[in-house]
Amino acid sequence: MTRLILTPNLPDPDAAYARLLAAHEELDEAESAAFNARLVLILMNHLGDPELLDEALKAAKT
Amino acid sequence: MPDGDRYPLAHRLYPYARSADQDRDAGGPAHHPVIVVGGGPVGLALALDLGLRGTPTLVLDDAEGIGEGSRALCFSKRTLEIADRLGCGAPMVEKGVKWQVGKVFHDTDLLYEFDLLPEAGHKAPAFVNLPQPDAERFLVERIRTAISDGAPIEIRGRNRVTALETSQPARLQVETPDGPYALTADYVVACDGARSPVRKMLDLDFEGRVFEDNFLIADVRMKAEFPTERWFWFAPHFKSGDSALLHKQPDDVWRIDFQLGWDIDRKAELSEDRVRARVDAMLGEGVDYDLVWTSIYTFQCRRMRKFRHGPVLFAGDAAHQVSPFGARGANSGIQDADNLGWKLDLVVRGAAPDSLLDTYAEEREAAADENILASTRSTDFITPKSKASRMFRDATLALAARHPFARAMVNSGRLSMPSIYDSYLSMPDALPDGPPATRPGAPCPDAPLGDGFLLEKLGSKFTLLAIGCAAPETGLAVVACEPTPELTARYLGAAPSALYLIRPDQHVAARWPMADAATVAAAHSHACGATT
Ligand SMILES: Cc1cc2nc3c(=O)[nH]c(=O)nc-3n(C[C@H](O)[C@H](O)[C@H](O)COP(=O)(O)OP(=O)(O)OC[C@H]3O[C@@H](n4cnc5c(N)ncnc54)[C@H](O)[C@@H]3O)c2cc1C
Repeated sequence: MTRLILTPNLPDPDAAYARLLAAHEELDEAESAAFNARLVLILMNHLGDPELLDEALKAAKT
Repeated sequence: MPDGDRYPLAHRLYPYARSADQDRDAGGPAHHPVIVVGGGPVGLALALDLGLRGTPTLVLDDAEGIGEGSRALCFSKRTLEIADRLGCGAPMVEKGVKWQVGKVFHDTDLLYEFDLLPEAGHKAPAFVNLPQPDAERFLVERIRTAISDGAPIEIRGRNRVTALETSQPARLQVETPDGPYALTADYVVACDGARSPVRKMLDLDFEGRVFEDNFLIADVRMKAEFPTERWFWFAPHFKSGDSALLHKQPDDVWRIDFQLGWDIDRKAELSEDRVRARVDAMLGEGVDYDLVWTSIYTFQCRRMRKFRHGPVLFAGDAAHQVSPFGARGANSGIQDADNLGWKLDLVVRGAAPDSLLDTYAEEREAAADENILASTRSTDFITPKSKASRMFRDATLALAARHPFARAMVNSGRLSMPSIYDSYLSMPDALPDGPPATRPGAPCPDAPLGDGFLLEKLGSKFTLLAIGCAAPETGLAVVACEPTPELTARYLGAAPSALYLIRPDQHVAARWPMADAATVAAAHSHACGATT
């Protein structure tokens, strides 16, 4: 029973993707990696549910 | 330093004296019910507990007293409660520096602060900082008074155990300044420290992770205005180490810890110039201090697979080791002693089956896993070992300054908490409305009671705690009381009344809304290891 949403869920996927890229503009490789790490931690906290987190970790692995 | 000691002594407490056991030509070696190998904090606490219960206990230590240098510093509330039960909590609390506020810094920024014991109504403070030699001295002094009151305890200094056979009874070979002699014992408890010669004699495993990092300890004496708090820095602006810790001790001494990394020249780093350069950078120019003690340590997180091997039981650092983050070494070792004392006493008296000792191993192995897990996680945060783990560590620190959620992830050591024993001995919870924190297996939280405190009244024997109900007549000691706000919060929850069966180590064995004598008697015999 997957509760993690892996079907389209963003009202405007192209715009969201563009915003993610824009956030990385003018960051060098190390800064980008650090930014991503902060972003993951923030989203992980928002997710809250440990089972959802497990599913997300699994989805990212494969 | 007296000749022949392995290390300089801070306190010479049990000088070698020839024992009659060394002069037995005929009749074979002298026999003792319990021999404790090692008079560190764990062996001493165990001998004291056993002796106060009336079980004859012989402690063999290869030195004549307590080694110099601070080593353990933070003694937890649970340790102080156990010490109080054994009659030496008061001097530890009196001499120790009480603290409960910690501050965590990153570079120059204060990330957050925590308060360890926001809850009132406990006799013992959250922690005291007390140098280990003082703690051991208080234990030995308490043993001396217990002996003069008739407790059958003997400590033999400069008695080094050199061989052990796990026969029935166990056979020990002991080296003394007057030469070797032999002893036999029904039970041997190995409290002989991290390098445990007994563990090696029996060729037993000791597995886990060794961490590749070095920490420099400098104990400095100075008049300083820092508050009595635990201060921890990640990547400190003064650059004396990858992390740093400042902690107050009694008598104007401060414990300072610097993380040095793996590839270092230990000898060079211990030179006074190098140590002073680091301390100066931290304290600022012009602060006057004496270096009292310095040392470099590395650490490991590991444990023996089994704490019991026939008549030999392992406790303290001999059985398990953790990193110092979280102050779980001596504190968890004292809890081993607390768990083993009453069980060994009952078994030696024939009042409980030998299998009760298996529950010591079961309960304390699980506790060691908990401690190792907590201390490994702290270590992974403090000394990240991969690029990815450093990146997430730094990201957490960066977020923690602004967002509370990240503060909860910052891990500069999760300080020692007692374990809840989900073991065979703990009865199913029959008080479903009761607070989870006092379910069977849990250590009893303290609460004000009358003109004193609950834990003082519970003592060292199986006891029925009856709150708002009558205790049945069972022959067990009874503490009966009416609900107070603290007792309600800690023991009743939504239940109108509760009857608790408390073990001699002040952990909950069973609880009910109320119960009859037969139910209580069955739970009591279950908690003594009866298997039917
Ligand atoms: C730098 C540092 C800081 C620490 N800080 C803390 C802290 O803040 N809080 C905390 O709880 N813990 C702390 N610890 C851990 C703590 O010091 C140990 O966990 C504790 O000393 C273990 O006690 P023990 O009785 O098991 O062993 P030990 O204290 O090592 O005692 C073992 C005893 O056995 C004797 N012995 C050894 N071999 C033989 C033999 N063959 N025959 C007879 N006797 C023998 C030794 O002489 C010694 O007296 C710290 C440790 C270090 C290194």
